[in-house]
Amino acid sequence: MGRFWSLIFLAVPVLGVGTFAVAPFFNIWLPADVSEHGRSVDSLFMFILWLTGAVFVITELLLFWFMWKYDSTKSKTPAKYVHGNHALEVVWTILPAATLLFLAIYQMNTWADIKMRRPVMAPTVEVVGRQFEWRLRYPGRDGSLGTPDDLFLVNDLHVPVDEDILIQLKTMDVLHSFFLPNLRIKQDAVPGMKIPVWFKALETGEFDIVCAELCGWGHYKMKGRITIESRADFDAWLEKKYALQEQTAPPPEETDTAGL
Amino acid sequence: MSIASPQRPHSHILEATHVRHSKSSRPVLEFLSHYVFSKDHKVIGLQFLFSTLLWFLIGGLLALAVRWQVAWPWSDVPVLGKLFEQQGGQMAPEFYTMLFTMHATVMIFLVIIPILAGAFGNFLIPLMIGADDMAFPTLNMLSYWFMWPAFIAFGSSFFVEGGAASSGWTSYPTLSTNVAASPGSGMGQTLWLLGLTFVGVSSMLGSVNYMTTIILMRAPGMTMFRLPMTIWAMFITAILQAFALPVLTAAGFMQLADRLIGTGFFSPEGNIVNNTLTSTGGGQPLLWQHLFWFYSHPAVYIMTLPAMGMVSDILTCFSRKPLFGYRPMVYSMAGISGLGFIVWGHHMFISGMNPALGTTFMVSTMLIALPSAVKTFNWLGTMWGGKLQFTTPMLFAISFVSMFIIGGLSGIFMAATPVDIFIHDTYFIVAHFHYVLFASTAMCVWGAIYFWFPKMFGRTMNEFWGKVHFFLTFIFLNGTFFTMHILGAVGFPRRLADAYHYETFHHLQPLNAFMTWCAIGMVACQIIFAINFFWSIFFGPVAGRNPWNANGLEWTTPSPPGHGNFDFQPIVHRGPYEYSVPGCEKDFLMQTDPPRVLPAVTH
Repeated sequence: MGRFWSLIFLAVPVLGVGTFAVAPFFNIWLPADVSEHGRSVDSLFMFILWLTGAVFVITELLLFWFMWKYDSTKSKTPAKYVHGNHALEVVWTILPAATLLFLAIYQMNTWADIKMRRPVMAPTVEVVGRQFEWRLRYPGRDGSLGTPDDLFLVNDLHVPVDEDILIQLKTMDVLHSFFLPNLRIKQDAVPGMKIPVWFKALETGEFDIVCAELCGWGHYKMKGRITIESRADFDAWLEKKYALQEQTAPPPEETDTAGL
Repeated sequence: MSIASPQRPHSHILEATHVRHSKSSRPVLEFLSHYVFSKDHKVIGLQFLFSTLLWFLIGGLLALAVRWQVAWPWSDVPVLGKLFEQQGGQMAPEFYTMLFTMHATVMIFLVIIPILAGAFGNFLIPLMIGADDMAFPTLNMLSYWFMWPAFIAFGSSFFVEGGAASSGWTSYPTLSTNVAASPGSGMGQTLWLLGLTFVGVSSMLGSVNYMTTIILMRAPGMTMFRLPMTIWAMFITAILQAFALPVLTAAGFMQLADRLIGTGFFSPEGNIVNNTLTSTGGGQPLLWQHLFWFYSHPAVYIMTLPAMGMVSDILTCFSRKPLFGYRPMVYSMAGISGLGFIVWGHHMFISGMNPALGTTFMVSTMLIALPSAVKTFNWLGTMWGGKLQFTTPMLFAISFVSMFIIGGLSGIFMAATPVDIFIHDTYFIVAHFHYVLFASTAMCVWGAIYFWFPKMFGRTMNEFWGKVHFFLTFIFLNGTFFTMHILGAVGFPRRLADAYHYETFHHLQPLNAFMTWCAIGMVACQIIFAINFFWSIFFGPVAGRNPWNANGLEWTTPSPPGHGNFDFQPIVHRGPYEYSVPGCEKDFLMQTDPPRVLPAVTH
């Protein structure tokens, strides 16, 4: 039976690697990336995947090989009476330590780009999470947020392509998380905090906005759409929405509450 | 050279034997004091074992209900459907959020933590260090009975208005603190916090007891570096518990105060939930996350270290070989527990915490992978050159190593902050922690049950059915959890009652259906285990003192040991892993075997 069990454990690396190899062909893989920083996130993901994949295959194969070779019903040699090996311990402490430290330093720049080096500009749009919708507030014709001519929308985010976008993220009630799978953006919205989120989209298209932090019974349906379009299309859209709001402008008091 | 090996008089032994054979005039009282309100660590350990196994079943069924909704949202739910007749048999989304909240709560607080520390810690510590019982038997009894208010609080919360807690097992404010935020944020959440507090009291009573017992009550000759890995693990776990738990308990009380007496620790000013302005303010929701993870990250190690210890003991026994690198194993566990206190922020990379702080936590998180790697290499080193016996406990122990490699490596993805932005709160995380907590720890728990069953009940479990149980569980668990990695790579978010209306995720339903079938198989094959377990208690083949030819002190006692454990004074002459010593006629050398059985030493 030792042979049988060894093969069962051999199936772990074989099927494990197989799953990852086959998944992209069924489109079960990283969704299309349309952001500037997304490629460095994806390449870091792939780098770690190859690195951990190699360690995974080597260690699992060793495990299989030891099971196969040292099966007590097959092997005639007595068990080795050893309590360890100092040199080996040093090697397998230093090697992973160096690799992990390298990984830690290697990724810092990407992280800083996404979360620390914020573009110096006025917010493009304010996104406010509320059970269970995304409330959007564009600066009106005066170009600044928080004035009476702001444009209010729900769940339908439009941004221009090839430009730095700065979003001011807030929530009215509970935690939400602003997740744009195709732009590799995820940021929790926290009650009482204004959190900046920035990205630059490189392709036009329409994508999902997902809430990724549990926010109550309707969490699953807190869905928005982001449309990335050319500057001209974006301006035209903005103008159209603005005209629509002018026609049916809510009284100013209500505007203030909604933008809280 | 021992730190403390006090010569304790073992008068309890005589007393215990006397009690066992005497006929009491009050049999009901005697039954109560011996088997219900018992102060015997073995009885308490078994009480923990039976209670936690029962909750394991409940937690597993909750998981199946979760999986049903993920695979076939809004379809008629079998069995549970009767609850939802008003909605036409479909599961309500608020019921779904309650299900995964309570699945995690039950599995973490009522199963894994108490089964490792409560059941195995209690049963094994005195036996493995050569003590007649715990240092504080009454505290020990209380540590079990404090679980009952928790059982009642969690169990009854399903039946209160609004249902049980449904803001996730992490209970992030302001969803959890605001009654208007969610149906489960009413009475259910209050009961959840009370239950959590009682579990904490139980763990704390256990951990002071374990530390004291291990430091003070070791048998003569049992130095710290002759302790089995299980005991080292329990010792380090107890220290982790003792230092981390007060923070969670305090945080729990703060949340209770926010909910019940109108304080504002976690609610900011001007918070409007469900069109209701919160009356208090000035708090900070992130504070809860810091306090919660300050406990709950070390808790991950509380849920892993004891399993690592038990696996080391099982692996050496069935490799018939000394443990590879005893001291590195101890130091790496100490390293894990030390670093474990400074990595909690990796749960909060995208929480709105200062991103510079995220970098700090990223470096410490990367480093904590190191001791785990060292342990894995040493387990492989232990198997290298051994004479492996593929018994049921051994198969479970090997699968721990194999699965822990997956769970450990997938952790590196989320330690990398930029990658975590994408995979945070997706099924990649769900895959990761199920590989650590289920595929590693729970598999080790089964291995440990098969391994120490003869000591617990005096009989062995059926090997054939044990292997069938292992085989099916192993296949189904990988079918369920490995596929979660690629689901997470798409960004498939956790905790969504229905994700298929998103363009990004709509094609993932067939994969989820496959996983749910595997999960159903995984729960179903536990029937084999349950039958084997209960049948063997009564009808299994009688085990001698040492059915596995193992070295530890627990194998020198009768199976099962009477009150007071040892029928002689154990004197320890060597470490617990002296297997296949050259020149020795047997391939194992027990810790109590006098030095003369080893000719090489005497001449």
